[in-house]
Amino acid sequence: MKSTVQFSLNGGPVSLTADDGRMLLWVLRTDLALTGTKYGCGEGICGACAVVINGQAHRSCRLPLKDVAGAEVLTIEGLAKDGRLHPLQQAFIDHGAFQCGYCTSGMLLDAYALLLSDPRPSRAKIVAGMEHNLCRCGAHQRIVDAIEQVSTQTGAET
Amino acid sequence: MAAPRLARREFHKLVGGGIVVLFGASALPMAQAQGRRPYPSDFHAYLSIGDNGRVTVYSGKIEMGQGVMTSLAQMAAEELGVDLASIDMVLGDTDTCPWDMGTFGSMTTRMFGPALRAAAARAREVVKSLAAARLEVPGDRLRLEHGVVSVIGEPGQRVSFAELSKSVRIAEAVDQAAVLRAAADFSVMGRSPSRLDGAEKVTGAAKYAADIRLPGMLYARILRPPVHGAALNKADTTAAKALPGVVVIERDDLIAVLHAEPDSAAAALALVQADWRLPDMTLGPDTVFEHILAHAGDQKQIAVKGDLGSAPVARTFETTFQKGYVAHAPMEPHAALADVRHGGATVWASTQTPFPTRDSVAKALGFDPKTVRIITPFLGGGFGGKSASGQAVEAARLSQICGKPVQVERTRSEEFFYDTFDPASVVTVSSALDRDGRISRWDYAVFAAGERGANPFYDIPNLRIRSAGGTSYGGAPAVAGLHPFAVGPWRGPGANMNVFATESQIDIMAAAAGVDPVAFRLKHITDPRMRRVLQAVSAAFGWRPSVGASGSGQGVACSSDAGSCVATMAEVKVDLATGKVTVLRIVCAQDMGVVVNPNGARMQIEGGLTMGLGYTLTEELRFNGGDILDRNFDTYHLPRFSGAPRIEAILVKNDDLEPQGCGEPAITTTGAVIANAVFDATGVRMLRLPMTPERILAALPTSAQRK
Repeated sequence: MKSTVQFSLNGGPVSLTADDGRMLLWVLRTDLALTGTKYGCGEGICGACAVVINGQAHRSCRLPLKDVAGAEVLTIEGLAKDGRLHPLQQAFIDHGAFQCGYCTSGMLLDAYALLLSDPRPSRAKIVAGMEHNLCRCGAHQRIVDAIEQVSTQTGAET
Repeated sequence: MAAPRLARREFHKLVGGGIVVLFGASALPMAQAQGRRPYPSDFHAYLSIGDNGRVTVYSGKIEMGQGVMTSLAQMAAEELGVDLASIDMVLGDTDTCPWDMGTFGSMTTRMFGPALRAAAARAREVVKSLAAARLEVPGDRLRLEHGVVSVIGEPGQRVSFAELSKSVRIAEAVDQAAVLRAAADFSVMGRSPSRLDGAEKVTGAAKYAADIRLPGMLYARILRPPVHGAALNKADTTAAKALPGVVVIERDDLIAVLHAEPDSAAAALALVQADWRLPDMTLGPDTVFEHILAHAGDQKQIAVKGDLGSAPVARTFETTFQKGYVAHAPMEPHAALADVRHGGATVWASTQTPFPTRDSVAKALGFDPKTVRIITPFLGGGFGGKSASGQAVEAARLSQICGKPVQVERTRSEEFFYDTFDPASVVTVSSALDRDGRISRWDYAVFAAGERGANPFYDIPNLRIRSAGGTSYGGAPAVAGLHPFAVGPWRGPGANMNVFATESQIDIMAAAAGVDPVAFRLKHITDPRMRRVLQAVSAAFGWRPSVGASGSGQGVACSSDAGSCVATMAEVKVDLATGKVTVLRIVCAQDMGVVVNPNGARMQIEGGLTMGLGYTLTEELRFNGGDILDRNFDTYHLPRFSGAPRIEAILVKNDDLEPQGCGEPAITTTGAVIANAVFDATGVRMLRLPMTPERILAALPTSAQRK
């Protein structure tokens, strides 16, 4: 059903008139031209399309637009603030926690949400928390290293 | 160098002014080394130095995660005497980059690298001679550093690359004999700077083919057959056409639904009613091996040594190994955006082969290839699967028909369906030990995998290697009906299977000979590089010599691939109740000659080994004839975080050797090293990959038998 949906996107207001049953992934990538959120599997299995909504990670390929009405939506484009990389982004660079980079947006946002809910997770909890994000290049141990480093940094903003 | 002047002028228009290093006929030896066809005679640049002092490097290679954007830039910066930060990379653009066959076979560093370094070294000499004239000193008194030429001993006497480039336009042929810097003098190569693509990739700014947007573009969804070999009886597009904003294109072999929103195109496609004739479907994952043995065709002799018939034989070993079909499954599905208007075509494509893709797009459109430009953004993984780029042709045809830019992005289901799978394959080995416990005989035949990695590096006096139904590079064999769907090169093509078979067989014989597997290997290896990596990994891993299955779960495997020597050790735990293998750690030592970027090399080794755990433990395509049953990650299981072990990569120093391949060698050891570790843990020899819990459980003796 076509309707006007309003939400906060990366800190700014968005008002969008569209079929509100469409999945957020395609609205982001097409209508809003934010292509950092990736299509990987379309069934919520791989995590390439992860976004953070009201502090929790969601798979945008399975999330109808109407479900984000009034919500605060964070995509990869909103993670760096004022030109400064988020500590997770910097840690991913420092640890070489990506190769092709296609899963990276989803990895970062799921890691961000993980640290919001548990700022100092054990390594096992990080592994469990990231279990449903797929990486084909095999950067797994470096991704865990990067998240672990941020989680143990004192004063790390999340 | 006879340059067609027009071509050169047009080229300058494309790349701008400054110092441009072009190649011409003199670069042919490199083209031959790279294979298949010589470079065309029109002019392309390896690099240019702009009047802002920035250096642009052009390469027909592409960045799919392997890190060549950074390592190629390091090579150019090193030879040229500029900082890495002054380098801009243009990759995979067929209008501006030198022709290239494609990015595969771990060839970028060892094949394109020398040409690029030579071009940069040549450019350094051009800059030096310009500076010598400007500063009025002989060239041998000049030093090039950080993009500035200065007089040795008189640092005030200096001129920057930017100043030199302002007023000149020089074209130079690359001289293959250019003097390259020695490894001992490296200041940019041999180090691990941050990846040049890092900031883009962590901020979502990095563009992949499906991220390119053009005004008025349409997203296409294409009607696909339910199974390979199905033929369309009829399709009814009436309901799809009735939706607002939908454009339907119907050609004999191409029915597509287009819309300004990709999801709306998908919704419209779901309304297309199609009636298909289905082929017979009988072949499956368990029956395919017999089929391959029966239909692989003539055996090609790959290597022969001594005389198999007269070899001294004390004990013989006959083994048959099997491996199923494996998907590439890059996280980014194939995608392309084509703009075919005004008599030309520009296609942004997720492809490992921009130049061959240009030719196939031109052919499909009826265009001269000169009017087709392929631009390659970042690839979200390739692994050989994006050597085939049919989506670029589809997008171009649709754009030509509808007169608007058209994007084709495969769904995950289409990505599985149209993958060029790593072929299912069989290896038979008949080998023998003589009375002294030395390998006296090795008769090896590989079916469908191809011969890469089939010829052992062991010192064996009598051997024969044969291959049927495969190719040396993993391409589809010219045997009709061998596979029910497309197959093609998959990271380390053929070698994954051949190393699994060879290194398992070596372990089988070591156990029979009553010798520790590492000692047994060293007894048969004369190559000093291979000996060194094996000794290096043994020390770092803490190998505990043992005979037969020690129960501790340690395994070893070696491979000689893409010019590199690699030795890998792993420690596993096998749950006897479930058959599940847990890989606790992997240590891998590799000699790849001069290492351009140590951290990048480690990432390739770790990544390859992690990826390899898929075909080793969980990944095998399920199919029924041409019906691809695995269409997403819910049933096709990639390695995940919980299964990713700690991996330690050791780079064995060898600066006397030019840089060798790194993207593939390590992965080729994965199947063997885990199979050998499983044997060491359980005493059970697994002969088929993947080693699923069910297969291991079936192979394990029952608890009653164990007692």
